[in-house]
This record gives sequence, C-alpha cells and structure tokens, in this order.
Amino acid sequence: MGNMKLTLKVWRQGGPNDKGRIVDYPVSDVSEDMSFLEMLDVLNDDLVRKGEDPIAFDHDCREGICGMCSLFINGEAHGPGRGITTCQLHMRRFKDGDTIYVEPWRSTAFPVIKDLAVDRAAFDRIQAAGGFVSVNTSGNLVDGNALPIPKDDADKAFDAATCIGCGACVATCPNGSAMLFVAAKVSQLALLPQGKPESKRRALAMVEQMDKEGFGNCSNTGACEVECPKNISLEHIARLNREYLTATLTKE
Amino acid sequence: MTKLDSKIPPGPIDRKWTDHKGHIRIVAPANKRRIDVIVVGTGLAGGAAAASLAEMGYNVKAFCFQDSARRAHSIAAQGGINAAKNYMNDGDSTYRLFYDTVKGGDYRAREANVYRLAEVSANIIDQCVAQGVPFARDYGGLLDNRSFGGVQVSRTFYARGQTGQQLLLGAYSALMRQVGKGAVQMYDRHEMLDVVIVDGKARGIIARNLITGAIERHGAHAVLLCTGGYGNVFFLSTNAMGSNVTAAWKAHKRGAFFGNPCYTQIHPTCIPVSGHHQSKLTLMSESLRNDGRIWVPKNLEDAKAIREGRKKGSDIAEEDRDYYLERRYPAFGNLVPRDVASRAAKERCDAGFGVNRTGEAVYLDFGAAIERYGKQQANIQKIDGPTKEKITELGRAVVSEKYGNLFDMYENIVGENPYDHAMKIYPAVHYTMGGLWVDYDLQTTVPGLFALGEANFSDHGANRLGASALMQGLADGYFVIPYTVGDYLADDIRTGPIDTKRPEFESAEKEVKDRISHFLNNKGTKPVDDFHRALGKVMWDKCGMARNAEGLKEAIQEIRRIREEFWKDVRVPGKADGFNQELEKAGRVADFLELGELMCMDALHRNESCGGHFREEYQTPDGEAMRDDAHFAYVAAWEWKGKAGEVELHKEPLTFDEVKLTQRSYK
Repeated sequence: MGNMKLTLKVWRQGGPNDKGRIVDYPVSDVSEDMSFLEMLDVLNDDLVRKGEDPIAFDHDCREGICGMCSLFINGEAHGPGRGITTCQLHMRRFKDGDTIYVEPWRSTAFPVIKDLAVDRAAFDRIQAAGGFVSVNTSGNLVDGNALPIPKDDADKAFDAATCIGCGACVATCPNGSAMLFVAAKVSQLALLPQGKPESKRRALAMVEQMDKEGFGNCSNTGACEVECPKNISLEHIARLNREYLTATLTKE
Repeated sequence: MTKLDSKIPPGPIDRKWTDHKGHIRIVAPANKRRIDVIVVGTGLAGGAAAASLAEMGYNVKAFCFQDSARRAHSIAAQGGINAAKNYMNDGDSTYRLFYDTVKGGDYRAREANVYRLAEVSANIIDQCVAQGVPFARDYGGLLDNRSFGGVQVSRTFYARGQTGQQLLLGAYSALMRQVGKGAVQMYDRHEMLDVVIVDGKARGIIARNLITGAIERHGAHAVLLCTGGYGNVFFLSTNAMGSNVTAAWKAHKRGAFFGNPCYTQIHPTCIPVSGHHQSKLTLMSESLRNDGRIWVPKNLEDAKAIREGRKKGSDIAEEDRDYYLERRYPAFGNLVPRDVASRAAKERCDAGFGVNRTGEAVYLDFGAAIERYGKQQANIQKIDGPTKEKITELGRAVVSEKYGNLFDMYENIVGENPYDHAMKIYPAVHYTMGGLWVDYDLQTTVPGLFALGEANFSDHGANRLGASALMQGLADGYFVIPYTVGDYLADDIRTGPIDTKRPEFESAEKEVKDRISHFLNNKGTKPVDDFHRALGKVMWDKCGMARNAEGLKEAIQEIRRIREEFWKDVRVPGKADGFNQELEKAGRVADFLELGELMCMDALHRNESCGGHFREEYQTPDGEAMRDDAHFAYVAAWEWKGKAGEVELHKEPLTFDEVKLTQRSYK
C-alpha cells in the first residue's frame, strides 16, 4: 500500500446538457507505482461502496496506444510528462499533499457525455471524408516490394501515422483546432507513393469536414505539438498547408 | 444432436482453398444490395471484414463498444505480422509457415485452415502496403523483416513496435472509406448483448447504446462475431480493460459450440505485477527476445539478496548467472515459443530464483547486445580502439533505434532505466487460442453466425506463435470471409429485410432488459471488480500456466461460489438509461463467471499437456509438455445445455496428413 494523500478536484457533469461543477475528493493510500487511472479506479471503488455515483472516464488499452483515455490534469492534456497518455501517467510524478484538477477535454466539437468522457465522433467523420487510400481488398495487388520507398520517407510517414486520435491537440489548442490530427493523416499518405494520387482531394475533403465539425482555426501557437502524446511534429501541419494550398490553387 | 462437420474441402492441401473458392456459390452484385450483414467488433478481423463486405456491395452494420472503430485492441499488438514472402531468401515458403504454425500449435490445429492462412499471408502484406501502412523498410527502400519466437526464418514484417496499430489503422481507413460512402453504418459505443436466432439461423443482435442506454434491435442475414479473446477472465491480462467474452458467450448460449476454451497463451515477457491496485499488465514485445538474454542468478542466496534489495542484477558476475533458456534449449535459446519460455520462467521463480520483491520476475538483459552492436558500430564508423564507454554509447544507440519505444514504455511504468538495469519481466495472460468453434468457412454451429480472428478457435492449436494473430485476423477478414459468407448468403437473395418485430427479437430484448434491471435493483454491497478479481485469482492459480486435476476441481467449486455471491451481492449504481460503466462491467463479469467454469472443465477433461495447456500430471522427465495423441488429437467443442456447468462435449478429430506428429523439441 502506498502512503500519498491527495486532494482531487474532479469535473462532474451528469450529461451533455447538464451544468457541470468541480467536486473535491480526498484520496489516501496512493502508491507511486499506481497509474493515474488506477488511482481513479481506487476512488471509484470507494464511491461505489459508499453508494455514490462513480466518475465516468474513457480508457481501454491502458498502454498508451488505443487513444481512448483523455483527461485534462492540472491544466495539461494527459497531465504532466511529455510523450505519454493519461493511462501511462504514474503517481510517482506527484507528491504527498498535492491537489490535482481533473477535467474533460474542452472543445465545442467534443461535447461532454458524462463527467470526464467526451464524444470524439467528429474525428471519425473527418477520417471518413478522406483519410484513406482508395484501394479495395484484393488478393491480386502488386507485390509489396514492387515499389521501393526511400527509408526516410517511410520513416517520416510512420512518424505521422503514430497519431492515436486521442484529441489532446484539440483540447490543448486555444482555438480548439484539429489541424495536427488532420495533418498527421494527410502527411502520412502524402509521403507515400500509394497515397499520392489522391493527396489533393484528401487534403481538401478532410479540411472541409474539419471546418464543418466546428473545430477552430490553426494560429500556429504550437501547443498541440507539446502536448501530443506521440510527439507528432508541427512539420506535418506545414505539409498539410502546402498540400491544401496546392490543391486549392489547382482546383478545377 | 448437432454433428460437427468441419467442411474441409477434398483434394491436396495446396489446392483446397483455390478449388473451394472456385466452387462455392457467390451472390450477384445486384443481389448483394438486398443483403444485410452485421459485423461485431472492429479490430483487424472485424474492420477488415466490414470494409471488404461493403466494398463487395453488401449492406454492412458494424458495431464496437469503444468510442471509435480505431480503438479495437488489435491496435496494441507490438511485434509484427508473419507472411511467407521469403524476401530474405532464407528458405521460407507457404509450406514452412504452415508447418511452423501447426508444430508451434503443438499439433492441435486443423491442417487445412492453417495451410490457407499461410497461403493468403503474402496477400496481406501487399494489401496493407497498398493502403499506405508504413512498414519498416531498409535503406534500399524494400520491406524489412525480422525473426520472431519459435521459428528459424525471418518472416515477420513490422512497423517499429507498433505493428498492430499500423495494420489496424489501415483496416480502419478502409472501413471509414466505406462509412463515408454510406456502405457501412457504424455503431460505436454500442455493445452487443445477445444474438437473435430465427428458424435456427442467426438473424440479428440486441445491442445497447452505451451513451443513452437504449436497447436496440438490429436485423441482418448474417452475423459476424469479430470480438477478440477472453483473456480478461483472469482479471489481469495484457488485454484492454474493455475486452470481454460477452458476444461470444451469448452466441455459445444460443447454440454455438465453444472450442478448446482452456487453451490460453501466457506471454513470457510482460512487466511484473506491482501491487493490489494493478488493473492490467503490459506486454514487452517478444521481439525483445531477439537481442535480450533471459536469466536469473545461479545461487539462491544471490536471488534472495536481490529480492531484499541488498544486491542488484549488475552485481551478479557473469559466471553466477543462469541463462536458463540457452541452457535448456540450445537450438532456439531465448527464441523458444511462448509457452515454453513462460513455463521455464515459472519453474525458476517457483524454485526461488525470482528477482523482484514478489519473487515473480526474471531478468531480460540487453548488456550483451549493447556490447555486440557497439563493437559493430565502431567497425562501421572506423573508430580505432574504442573505449568501453564509447562501445556502450554506440551500442545503446542501436538498441534504442530498434526498441526505443519499448524501453521508454518500461521506464515509464517501472520507474527504472532499462539501459542501466536489466529489465524485469514475468509471464502474463495474453491471448486465447480457444474460441467459438467454426468450420472451414468460419461458420459456427449456428447457421449464419460466423466467428473471425481471436474470437474463433481455428488456427493456432494449443499455442500461438508470435506475429500470427495479426496474420489470422486480417486473413479471416480480408481474404476468407468475403468468399465463404457468399456461399451462405446465396440462399438469402429473396429473403428481404429481417423483421425485428418478430417474437424472437422481442424475447431476446426482454432477457437483456431483465438482466440489466436485476443488476440495478440488486442492492448488493460489493463492486463488480471484487468478483472479477476473485475469479481472476482462481483462474490464474488453478487454470493458469500449470494445472492439475485436483486444483481444477477446486477451481470449479470456487467459481460456482463466486458466481452465486456475485448474483446475490453485486452492487451496480446508476441507471439503465444512460452512460453507466459499472453496468457494462457487471454484464461482462457475469459472462466471465460462466466461461471460467467451462475453461476449467475443458482443462480437467484434457488429460494431456499440449502447448499452453500444461497439466502437471502429464510431463516428460525433464519437465516438457507430454501430449497424448492417441486419446486427445481432437478439438473439444462444448455445447451449452441450458445452465452454467451443464455442457456436452463434442469431438472433432484432427487428422494430420501433411505434418508428422512428433514431440515438439526446441533443444
């Protein structure tokens, strides 16, 4: 058993249309080996035993890859620490006596479902607008090695492709922009020969959908890059801007 | 009584699939538009199937309990995907991949299915490359391969330590393309809570909208379960928190036989348990065993000193270390299959050589690899007489390039730098080879109900080789079901839409609602997790890495007790009509509590050891698994008889025409 005592200030909100508020919860016996979400599990366990409503929060893989966990912790998306998601945040980053604010992602495009869980379906709709290569399933495609791809391009495409779609970029951005998310996909596919043929169409369609969803504009504050758990670089936004500009200029 | 018919096509093994595809019925394009297919689960199998079927023209409804199809747990697979491309020219072939998989599965898989899997493996890579999956490449721009546990060729394609993520995002992009076209209707944050059978055929599902709590009826001409494995029956596993058996279990209770439930894969390289609060375990990719050496101290006193914090691993001299896998299995060394590596770790820890506080950990050490790579780099960079520090620096850079993200992950969880201190690892539940019994067409014993990927039992026998799960998920979804489901649906071109007002839907919905209201009105005292933890402990202690008849009999009694208490005393707060995560968990744990008993019964009846199923009574003098081919070369397919613990065993005999059954040896 651990010995840290903490005060949590947690956002509670019954549903999308309810008014939310911060509620204080003291927690004790917190071990430094716990993950942040395990600490919340312990609190929830306690709330259920007391007959209270446990805190709703999204999570699934708990190893930093599914992108389901979120949380704004002490004003930072995924809390303190760089290059990690909330589920990878461990309590050894906090100290006895700390007060910790826990809030949901805040963005008009991500309405709150309950407490700390938000609806990120807008991301799926952006993907459906063009975040793919238009190739059908077939057992008769060309051999995977028919088209060599320079390692450098493949590596850069991979860096962009590591986006987990968590939404930390949106939550962090003062404008609630989804540019880093969109850029990661546009950039990945623009860097690979397989994605080139539709790169213009893709950039236009994804940006259009992004705007429709009510995400804000990018004003290059760079906050998204700092909080991105996968360290996706702003360079990809630059590439998206180039793709978008070229596409706009050459649009028929 | 239902008779098991595996429907293996006739003819030589390398012609079966081609001939079968050429002869089964297909549905004409205009008729596909009149047919609805439900796909539950959007991982590699489900995502690939939903996308492929929609491309073909079927109306697809896809369901997942996560908030997006992209979050299915396939995403967490780290190491890679096998394919018989033979790009490395090291003697790989379809036959060799087939052979390795049958042998790796300890001769408990169906030959014809495994051969087909090996056959389509190469197509998977081509398909994924075409979708823009950024696989690792070498400097010539060609796809890179590495070797993986249990085989002697390099046939594993990878994308750093995130292969599952990249493959899943490929399948997800194909799926979203169809969603954009309106060919797939996506239902995320929906959980399937029952399958509806009409006139003996699967004709739809009952699902709960997890946001509003609404119970919905969805009709279709076929239902595909792509719902993954049931490792979370152990409470602690490498599975995602939400991974569950509910869809498969409901199918089982509606007539689908459950195949080989006791075959569980315990993965050898996971981060050890740190305390009672532990909610899940994290895998360290098997690829680490390519360079890491596994050891414990030779002397009990050293092990004790390490456990008590008086010594560190680095204090133990080379000659006092026991590289037990290299010692016991010189031919494969640290690359023995998972079941073998896991048991060997347990054996050492049980004997008192464990190296962490709990005594349940062994070292995975990169010291030798860092030195070897460092020297190699010094040569490449033409550094004359490099210092030890320089070698270490160069070597670390190479190791970091290969495994950096895994090392970071480890340090983040454990709080210790694995470059300076050898990693500590211990086996953990990772994958379930058992699952719904399916025939060659991936159809369960319920007509119109299919099971794909980890949810079925079919390809891995009693032990799965590394990098084969991704292969199977995508093979089933992209290349098998699009053909085989057509043969079934050819009868449905005139059926018309399924009427969800039928009494079968009504009664299934009522059962679902009754169960939910039972939970909410139960007014018990204990949260769901209490029961889940108790079940997990019984399963791990008595139906885990090693099992024996006495323990399994006890386990069955204990599970019954826990189940009874669960129904009496579970407390589920909140309401039915809204977002209620405790309610979701309660339903899943209720099903695990029934499945656990069946797993123990299956383990108890199988009086042999094979693959991941190790019965202590059946072992060779040097502690290896001892099969009994004369009595147990069959698939155990269990039929539900109306109540937990009341089941009937059906046997599908396994015949081996291509591969000779031998004692699996990695020595």
